[in-house]
Amino acid sequence: MINTKSSNLNSGKAQELKPSKTIYLDNHATTPVDPAVLDEMIPYFTQTFGNAASRNHRFGWTAEEAVEKARLQIAQMIGANPKEIIFTSGATESNNLAIRGVAEMYRSKGNHIITTVIEHKAVIDTAKYLETQGFEITFLPVDKFGMVRPEDVKNAITDKTILISVMTANNEIGTINPIAEIGALAKERGIIFHTDAVQAIGRIPVNVDDLKVDLLSISAHKIYGPKGVGALYIRRKNPRVRLSPIIFGGGHERGMRSGTLNVPGIVGFGKAIELAAKLMPEESKRLQKMRDRLHEALMAQLDEVTLNGHPEKRLSNNLNLSFAYVEGEALMMAIPEIAVSSGSACTSASLEPSYVLKAMGIGEDLAHSSLRFGLGRFTTEEEINFAIEKTVAAVKKLREMSPLYEMAKEGIDLKSVQWTAH
Amino acid sequence: MAYGSKVIDHFEKPRNVGSLDIKDSSVGTGIVGAPECGDVMKLQIKVNPDTNVIEDAKFKTFGCGSAIASSSLATEWVKGKNIDEALAITNTQIVEELSLPPVKIHCSVLAEDAIKAAIGDYKRKMNHVDSTSIASHSANG
Repeated sequence: MINTKSSNLNSGKAQELKPSKTIYLDNHATTPVDPAVLDEMIPYFTQTFGNAASRNHRFGWTAEEAVEKARLQIAQMIGANPKEIIFTSGATESNNLAIRGVAEMYRSKGNHIITTVIEHKAVIDTAKYLETQGFEITFLPVDKFGMVRPEDVKNAITDKTILISVMTANNEIGTINPIAEIGALAKERGIIFHTDAVQAIGRIPVNVDDLKVDLLSISAHKIYGPKGVGALYIRRKNPRVRLSPIIFGGGHERGMRSGTLNVPGIVGFGKAIELAAKLMPEESKRLQKMRDRLHEALMAQLDEVTLNGHPEKRLSNNLNLSFAYVEGEALMMAIPEIAVSSGSACTSASLEPSYVLKAMGIGEDLAHSSLRFGLGRFTTEEEINFAIEKTVAAVKKLREMSPLYEMAKEGIDLKSVQWTAH
Repeated sequence: MAYGSKVIDHFEKPRNVGSLDIKDSSVGTGIVGAPECGDVMKLQIKVNPDTNVIEDAKFKTFGCGSAIASSSLATEWVKGKNIDEALAITNTQIVEELSLPPVKIHCSVLAEDAIKAAIGDYKRKMNHVDSTSIASHSANG
C-alpha cells in the first residue's frame, strides 16, 4: 500500500489544506477531493490496478471487491439495493442513460415525457434530442422560487406519458423540489420517475423509497469525490425498470453500461458518499449558519440586493443574490480573490442570461446582476468574512460607476426609459 | 475567460468615471445599450464651442469588464480631439487596443455608439433643435 499523508479520516476535514490565494465559493460547480477520499483511491492506480471484469485472477477479484464495496456504500446512502446501482462517467451520462434508456425501452407504451425548464442541460438537451426522434416533451414551468408545482405535473400527465424527470435540487438557486409528492403522482399513474439528485446528495437526506423515485442520478465530484465518475440508481422491484443501453460493448454493469470500470474513481466515490453520510447532519447546519451570515451581512451593508430561490426550501450551502445595477461578470472580475459564478450572459458562450432565473420570472436586468455563492466542506468563517468585505466593496465601487444606479437614485423609473436594444 | 492586461488596467483604474452637468449646453450626453442586454453606457463630453475641441469626458457604465474598459478608453481617446476627429474613432480601434475577444466585440461597438450619441446630442443642443429629450434621459443614441 502506498501511504499518502495521514489525514483525519474521521472528520474528513482537511485541516492540512493550506488556504490558497483565491478562496473557493463555487462548490455547486465542483468540490475538491477530500484527502481521506484520495487516500482510499491511491492504491487502485498502481498496486491493485486490476480490471474489475477480469474474473480469473486475483487482480480482477480485488478490483471487483473494491467496486462492490463502493456500490454498497452508495446504495446505503440512498436506501437502495447494491444491485440497483450502476456506475457511469458522471451525472451527464446518468441523465442521458436514464432518459434515453427509458424512451427507447418503453416507446411502445407511449411517447410523452414530462420534465421542467430548470433542469440541468444534460436533461434538457437529452429531452430536446428525443423531440427530434418523435417524442413529445412537456417542459413544466416553475414558481417564483424556482419550484416545480406538483399540480402542474399532474395536469401534464397523459395516457402516453412514460417518464417524468424533475431535479431534486437546482444547481443555480438551490431550491429543493417536492420530489416525494411528484413521486407519488407518478406511482399512482404507473409512470417511471427520474430525479437528478446531483446537488442534493450529501446535503439533504435522499431515500429512493421515501421519494418514490425509480431512477436517480448522482455524481462523485460534487461530494468531494473525483471527477469522471457517477452513478445511476435503477429500481429493480415495484416496478422493475428496464433501460436500453446508450453505450455498447462488453456488457458491463448488467449490460446497461459497457466499458471498463473506473476502479480508483469508483473507490473514491464510495468513500466520498460514506463520508458525506456521516458528516451531513453537522456539515449542513454549519454551512447554513455561515451561508445565512453571508446573506445577512450583504443585505445589511448594501441596498437593493435580492435573493434568488426559495427562502427556506433551499440547499444549506447555496446563496444566489442579485445586486441591482451591477453586472455579474464585472462583479466577479472585481473580486478576483473569490471564485463564484454568475447568471450573467457575459459568463456564458450563448450571451443569454441564466435560463433558470428567467424561468422564475426574474427580469433579465437582475439575471445579469446575479452571483452564486456555493459554500463547501472546507469553507471557513474567515473566508466568509473576507467574501463579505470584498463583495461589499466591489458592489459599491461598481455602483459608483453604474449609470443605472445613478438614474435610480435620481428617482428615474428605469422601466420607463426607452433603451436602445443592441 | 482570461482578460487582456489592458482590459484589466482600465477595469481596475477606470479613467474619467463620473458625470457632467447634463443641462450645460456645451455638454453632450450619449446613453446607449439596455439593462436587459446587460450593458448600458453613459458617455458625456464637454466641448469648447469656439474650437469644437472636447475638453472633458466622463463615463458611467453598467456592464462587464470589457464594456467598462471600452468606455474608459473611449473617454481617454476623445479628450483633446475635436468632434470630427472623435467621430472617426471606430470600434475596431478599440478592439485592437484592448485585444478584445470576438464575444466582446459588441462592447466596443457600444463604446463607438456612445461617442457618436454624445456628439450627436451636443450638435443638437448647439442647433437648439431639442434639448428636452436629453433632460428626460432618453437613451435613443
